[in-house]
Amino acid sequence: MRYITPRKAATGLGSARSGTAHHWQMTVSSYALVILTPLFMIAVGGAIGLPQDAVAAHFGRPFPGIITALFIVVGMIHFIKGTRIMIDDYVYGSANKLAIIASNIFGWGVIAAAIFALAKMAFTTPAI
Amino acid sequence: MADVNRGNRPLSPHLQVYRLPLPAITSILTRITGHALVAGILLLVWWLVAAVSSPGAFAAADWLVRSWLGFLILTASAWALWFHALSGIRHLFYDQGLGLEIEDAKKASWAIIIGSVALTLLSLIIFFIS
Repeated sequence: MRYITPRKAATGLGSARSGTAHHWQMTVSSYALVILTPLFMIAVGGAIGLPQDAVAAHFGRPFPGIITALFIVVGMIHFIKGTRIMIDDYVYGSANKLAIIASNIFGWGVIAAAIFALAKMAFTTPAI
Repeated sequence: MADVNRGNRPLSPHLQVYRLPLPAITSILTRITGHALVAGILLLVWWLVAAVSSPGAFAAADWLVRSWLGFLILTASAWALWFHALSGIRHLFYDQGLGLEIEDAKKASWAIIIGSVALTLLSLIIFFIS
């Protein structure tokens, strides 16, 4: 450290030591979700209240299955990165790290559960 | 770091005695709706997993989804999703340096509030007609 200038030591490091990557990832997922949100509402709205076999058949079709999977994957990654901002605002020290870990476990758990269910529906529904 | 002004700065208005302007309220609601959507996504994913688990598991999830509580959670989630989406679009404009004037921010706030309610009603109408 002694031999480099303060400017050199700080270049490329934001306050979170990761520059603008987080903001850029939120921007990219935002644009994706602007497109996915209306499609997701159509895909899911058509299945709420249906009987069990009809729900499985509905999400076994390509459009509802792919849109719902994409929305939940992109949405939960957006959620993990979004909660990170709130955690950094309100929670400090060890609790901050634990909250970030918990948010990641929760987010990826939701993704895994949704993908499992949608995959099972897609692969067990008889092809029409 | 020379000449730092310590102890002589103007105080910011305290939250409890300061009437929040509309853009501040919609800004805070963006964060609240984004996090509250956890309820809707959990209900939806539970219902999806139950549908591939067993008839008993699906009956329980389906009962909640079709109950008045489920209707409340799903309708509130739909509004939260539309609100967060419209407000998120405003953030994408903010990032381009657009809509940052106070009057523009007020107009956009009203557009987000009215738009989110309208899109929620439209979603409900389409859902119950189809």
